This record gives sequence, C-alpha cells and structure tokens, in this order.
Amino acid sequence: MAERERRTTPPYGGAFVARSRVMDADDVRRAITRIAHEVVERNAGLEGVVVIGLQTGGVPLAEALVEELTRIEGVPVPLGTLDVAMYRDDIGLRPVMPEAVTAIPSEVSGHTVVLVDDVLFTGRTIRAALNAVCDYGRPRAVQLAVMVDRGHRELPLRPDFVGKNLPTRRDEAVDVHLDGVHLGDLRPGPS
Amino acid sequence: MTQLLLRGGTVVDETGTRRADVLVVDGAIAAVGEGLEADHATRVLDADGCLVAPGLVDLHAHLRQPGHEEAETIATGARAAALGGFTAVVAMPNTDPPIDCASVVRDVLDLAASATCAVFPAGAITVGRAGRSLAPMAEMAALGVRLFTDDGTGVQDGGLMRRALEYGSALGVTLAEHCEDDRLAAGGHLHEGEWSSRLGIPGIPSEAEELMVARDIALSRLTGAPVHFLHLSTARSVALVREAKAEGVAVTAEATPHHFTLTAAAASGYDPVFKVNPPLRTDADVAAVRVGLADGAIDAIATDHAPHPPEAKEAPFDQAPPGMLGLETALALGLTELTAPAVGLPCLSTEALVALLSWRPARIAGLAGEHGGPVRVGRPAHLCVIDPAASWVVESARLASRSRNTPYAGRTLRGRVRHTLFRGEPVVIDAEAQR
Amino acid sequence: MTHHLLAVDDLGTDGIEEVLRLTESFVEVSERAIPKVPTLRGRTVVSLFYEESTRTRLSFEAAAKRLSADTMNFNVASSAVAKGESLRDTVETIEAMGVDAVIVRHASAGVPVQVARWVEASVVNAGDGWHEHPTQALLDCYTLRERLGSLAGRRIAIVGDVKHSRVARSDVAAFSSLGADVVLVAPPTLLPPSLVGWPVEVSHDLDQVLAKVDAVVLLRMQQERQTEALVPSLREYTAGYGLTRRRAELLGEEAVIMHPGPMNRGVEIAADVADLACSVVTRQVANGVAVRMAVLFLLLASGTRP
Repeated sequence: MAERERRTTPPYGGAFVARSRVMDADDVRRAITRIAHEVVERNAGLEGVVVIGLQTGGVPLAEALVEELTRIEGVPVPLGTLDVAMYRDDIGLRPVMPEAVTAIPSEVSGHTVVLVDDVLFTGRTIRAALNAVCDYGRPRAVQLAVMVDRGHRELPLRPDFVGKNLPTRRDEAVDVHLDGVHLGDLRPGPS
Repeated sequence: MTQLLLRGGTVVDETGTRRADVLVVDGAIAAVGEGLEADHATRVLDADGCLVAPGLVDLHAHLRQPGHEEAETIATGARAAALGGFTAVVAMPNTDPPIDCASVVRDVLDLAASATCAVFPAGAITVGRAGRSLAPMAEMAALGVRLFTDDGTGVQDGGLMRRALEYGSALGVTLAEHCEDDRLAAGGHLHEGEWSSRLGIPGIPSEAEELMVARDIALSRLTGAPVHFLHLSTARSVALVREAKAEGVAVTAEATPHHFTLTAAAASGYDPVFKVNPPLRTDADVAAVRVGLADGAIDAIATDHAPHPPEAKEAPFDQAPPGMLGLETALALGLTELTAPAVGLPCLSTEALVALLSWRPARIAGLAGEHGGPVRVGRPAHLCVIDPAASWVVESARLASRSRNTPYAGRTLRGRVRHTLFRGEPVVIDAEAQR
Repeated sequence: MTHHLLAVDDLGTDGIEEVLRLTESFVEVSERAIPKVPTLRGRTVVSLFYEESTRTRLSFEAAAKRLSADTMNFNVASSAVAKGESLRDTVETIEAMGVDAVIVRHASAGVPVQVARWVEASVVNAGDGWHEHPTQALLDCYTLRERLGSLAGRRIAIVGDVKHSRVARSDVAAFSSLGADVVLVAPPTLLPPSLVGWPVEVSHDLDQVLAKVDAVVLLRMQQERQTEALVPSLREYTAGYGLTRRRAELLGEEAVIMHPGPMNRGVEIAADVADLACSVVTRQVANGVAVRMAVLFLLLASGTRP
C-alpha cells in the first residue's frame, strides 16, 4: 500500500504484512486492459477524456491505464495527478500531508474525468477528489476506476470500473502494486 | 514576663561557633549556654540541628509603601523578611511619594512600628530622586536615617554626587549608589551581550555600571566620605571595588542572590520575572561576584527585594518593570549555592555566609548597636534559627510577599529559617509566620 | 510538528523543508482559477496586530481565507487595549471566543512567546520587535530556492540594519539551517553588540562582498537611526551600504536581490535596481501567501499522532 497511507493509518507508520496474494502481475495487467476497453466503450472513444490518478496509490495505475488507452485507440490521452489531502474531511484528526504533486493537465470543464485510485474503501477519498476536481472546473462527467473495491462504503458512491471486488474485514489492509495485489494487516512498525 | 528558650542549637555569631541554648526574657538575651533549664512558664522552641544566629539584616529592600501597596506593604514585606530570617530591613526610598524628606520618613516609621521586623527607611540623596538638587539629608538623619540613595537610578551628575558626599560626611551617614550611567544604559532591558543580541532586546552594557563605580570610588577618595555600592553585578565592578579597598578608599559593596545565581540566559523565554536592574549577566560575572563575596571585596548579600504585581510582570519584556522578590529566598540561596557550590567556584563556610547576611550589613547600615551583634547576655533578642539541612521547594503562591515575582519558583533549595525572634517575639515558628 | 511558530528554530531543518515542500502545493492552489481549498473550514484565525503592518496582515488573511478558515481582525487601536487592557487580558478574551490560531505582531520582542504561554491556540509570530519574523524568512527561502535551487553552499549577504531587524535574525537562522553561508554587511553601529552563536561572517565592505554572493537581502533603513546617531546621515549610509546601480553590476549573473519591504528607494536600494530582472521583491510577496498557507496548514491541519 502507498507509503503515505501507511503513515497516516493507525498504527501510523506500521509495516504492511501480507497474508495472501489476491492478484498477480498478470492479473493486474489484464484488469487494466479490461478497464481500458470499458472506458473506451462507455465513452464511445476517448474524445474529451482526461485521466487523473489520485496521489499516491492511484498514480501508477493511471499511468498504466493511459498507456493502454493510447495503445488501443492510437490517440494521446491527457494524464493528471491529484492530491486530495487539502479536501479531506478528517483534517486535524490524523496526520495529513499534501506533499504529492497535483498537476491537472488540461481544462477539466466540459471533459470527462476518469479518476483512478488503487483501493475503494469508505469512499471519503473519492468524495474529497470530487470536490477538488470541481474546484478546477465543471467536468461533463466524472467516472471512477479502481483496482480493488473492498467494500465498507460510508458514502453513496459506486465505482464505474473495477479491477476486482474483494470482500475484506474492516481491520484488514490491501496493498496494490502493478506487480500484484495482497491482502494483509498493518503491524506496528519499528518507528 | 515572657520567657522563651531556643534549645539544642549551635550559636553562630561574630565571636565564633559553639553549642548553646539561648534563653530570651522580655525581648533580650538572658542566658546563653549548654543545657539551660526551662521552667513551666518558659516556651521552648526546638533548635535541634539548627544554627542560632543574630537576625539577618537586609541593606536593600523595596517595601513599596507608600504608593504601591498593590505590590507590597510594609506589613507584608516585613512578614516576608521575618520568614527569610531578617529582623532588620533597609527600605529603599523609591516609593510614591519618595522618601526624600522628614515627613515621609516619619510616615514609614509609623507604618513600620507594628511590623514583624525593624524597618529603617533609606533617604533619597536628591529631591524626588530626580538627580537635580540635594534632599534635606540632615532632617532625615535626625530621624535616624543612616543610608541615603537614589536607588532605582544613579546620581548622574558627578558634581552633585560630590556635594552630597561632602554634605553627608558631616552627618555621619553613608551614601549608597545604584551604579548605572543612564546614557550608556538608555533603552536597555537585558545585559548587553549574547542573549540580548539573540533575543532582539536592547542591552545594558556592563560598562554602564562600571563607569559609575569608578567615578564614585574617585569621589569617595576625593571627599573621604564612605560610599556603599548597591547590587554589584559585573566582574570589573567587583575588581574595581577590591582595588579601591586595598588602597584604603572608604567603599563597601553588596551583591544580590540573583547576581550570584542567575545569568541572562534565564530570560531566554522572555519571562519578565527575569528582568531586573542591574540585569542578570554572564557566567563569568556570576563567578566574579562569588569570588568577591568569598574574598571580602563584597561586604554583604542584600536582596534588592523588588515586588511587582502579576499584571506588571505579564507585560511585554521591554515594558515590564525590573525587579525580583528576594527576602524569602536569600538565605536558602546562599546556603544552597555558596556553601556547596559547583566545582571551580569558591566555597563559603556557613559562618562566612551568615556574616554576609547579618553583622557585616548591620555595620554598613549603621545598625550594629542593635542588630547583627553577638548572641550575648543583655543584647536585644533579634535571632534567627536556621535549619541548614531542610530542603524545600519555592512556590510563588505560598510566599508571604504580596507579589509573586520570584525567579526561583519551582526550585528546590536547601536550608530554611525555622524560627525568627524579633525583640524576643517569635514572629516565625517552624517556618510559619505568626502574624 | 510544533504547535506554535515563534521563531525559525522551532521548526528545525526538517520543519523548514516540510514548510517549503508544502508551500509548493499551495503555490499550485494559488494559481488555480478558484484559489481556495476547504482545508481549514470551521477553523478561526485571528490577527492580533499591535503594530500596523498592512502587507503582513493582508498576506496572513489571504492565506487563512484561501484555506477557508474564518478570519477575525483584532484592531488594537480601536479596542479595549486603547483603554488600558493588559496584553494577557486581551489575549485571554480572544481565546475565550474560540480561536484556533492567533497571528501576533508586536513592537516588543518576545510577545508571541509570552502569548503562547497563555493560550491553547496556535500562535504564529508575525514579527516581534527586533526578534524574529519567521514567515518572512520562510518565504525568503522559498523564493531563493525558486531561483537558485538548493541553498546548500550558497553565499547570501544580508545588508543593512541587522541590529534592529527581526527579518535578519530569522533569515540568518533559516538560511544557515538550509546550509547557506551568511555574511552580514553593515556599519558596526547597526550590528548586534554580540554575534556569539550567530553562524555568520561580518564585512563592512559591500563592494567586495557583492561579487561573491548568490543573493543579497537588503534590510529597510529606518529614518530614526539617523537621529539616534547610529549613522551620520542617510546619504552617508547609502554611499557605504546602499545597493546602487554601480554596485548591482558587481553581482554575478545568477545572483538574486531581495528586500522584505517596504523599500526605501534611494536609500538601501536604488530605484532602478529594485526593478531589475534579478530583483525578486514581488515574487517574495506572491510566495508570502503560499508560505503562510503552509504554516497555517501545518499548525492547524496536520493533526497529531495519538
């Protein structure tokens, strides 16, 4: 899981200890390919589509997705990154650091924004991301792609594109990388 | 007839140290010796393990009355003094109105009549302490004033100071100088040096004090009149006085507990409780003051007890008034810091410390007939009983002073006054004020 | 993270780096069409300025507003202070209204340090007497980095009235903390009486210094220094220590000119020098808002580990 998430989730700075592998590198690659096709299908092409990866875990997935979209359709797709730390609703409750780059590549007004994140959990990050995106303009539509939907939603949100639905316990942790997805726990770290 | 026996202590006075009980009858010492018997009418106070010394004498306290009763009154200041072992206090004249004429002297003496220690007003050298014209020193001397000073400020005009010394010499009084050249010190609030520069607070250079010490040594030499230097704070001031004494100039000097225990670093948090005049200086100055106390360059420890109400000390550092409480902690600081100092600093015997706090200041203030004298049959019973081993924590809220501005809050000190007898009356028993 | 920002040293090198990193995020926010984020919604930031400083007050206010905090402005001149209310009473009254941060500016050194002892809220020093002005130093660091990259091994001259300058004290601490070498250039009367513990060199020869520095920070020269006889005249000061056109030409090509403002054109800086390409004075002002956003964010929003 993302370094920053480990630092900001109890037990703060803990180490992720994997218990089982739920996807391997090929699974992840295949999921991205499938999502790419779904994005193209849903939007009837890539006209006006902007992909934005959420810092920090969604960024490599967004990069891979854009690569795949470009390969399929042969047109360049704008790629951005967004750090939602300043929009979180738990500010002051836990360590929050906006330290990752926010770079919105083009005008979002009138475009279809595909938000990409690694894990969809409570939905609060996506809520913050929606607010942030809307501060940049008025998108025609916002769609959400996640590699893992692990349930436990606290807000009325639903992903448009999902790599894998993974039932989890609340206290478990999910670690997503391009080379595989693991289910495990956060253990208190050496710090 | 009231009788009181101090039993089990060790008497310390100018004549030496010996095991002795002390019997006090009707305000005077009636017997001194080992194994004194007490009849049923005699109140016995335990002095076991304690030193029984002549009451301490403070050459320098601000009792604030008249005019600043919100900070201290003669009654509260005298209570603080008694708790600190003092039976005589010289009250500085920077009151409102200042003690610069006979009527104010009389007022202070009236207020002091029922206090728990003797209060001797010092008179101002100049009218209104304004440094322009001589105050009526003779009329104040006639009421018993023996020490004159404009403390709070120095007499800036050397010519005027010379005339004051000449005039005072006929009256048998001593002039005491607050050494500070106003122009060099102008606008300063902290010792000029590392800390003032770092904290961005205008500094007071050591030279502001040293210049006036040097000038007054010259004027004492010129006039033959004695000069007492208040609160010496710098290494070179101490050296100047030492040199002048060796030459035979009639100068004496005092130093305060804060100048032998604290440095400007204490003000690093901008707490105005550490603002005082002269300012806290450097480690080297602290060491020099201690050497001066040990080798006789400095004659006395004086508190410069300067109460200020809390709101005054909660102002910005450069707006807060200078001054610290001292009466209740002076002896304990001496015992803690001077009789058991850190390596490399001079060590004083307990007897030497008591001398600096009792008979030596009594002599400078012209009080030796009544105060600080030997513990001997027939002498007035101004006594303090010191438990040198008792350790206690300074709590500002528990001080008897009306103000709270002690820089030692929270400090653990060793040595405490157990009992104080003033005119034979036990004004402090077991470290509690009796009235 | 520290609860207050009273002096640059409260942050330490890591803290300064953190502020500068955060500042980058807030520079991005400031460049948006809607330069505002909801981060400090529901928080209240009060400015308590005992000394008028329109630019610093506005900069803090803009920072707080761009973070969606509520702002209050305590106007000392028209308040109970004018009626003799003590500093502590004023501060405790303000705190009782429920504030999360107090931005303090005072003509007396140390007031923010004292205020921090009395309140639960975070205290930010917006300049206290001759002591410190930490957010100015942070924005100076950020501005220098925009131009120079890292400050490590860079040589920075601070020129002028160092003695009475809170900016100089904060700059020295911040620049040296980031690895720069600092040289103070001033007549001896305008230097602090002691430089023990200051990681600086001192020079009285501006011409010689200029050729070798990567940046020069000019301090404001106050008119009253002349009446205090710290310098014989402003003309003589300018002749010795002003950044004239001729002197500006001694600077290296990459060198940067900074001034905390407000400038006395013609005294410490020549009018046309202030407008040279190497002068980053307006950049300093722009970055000031982002730096103050970063500071408020760090103090109020970063949360603490339980």
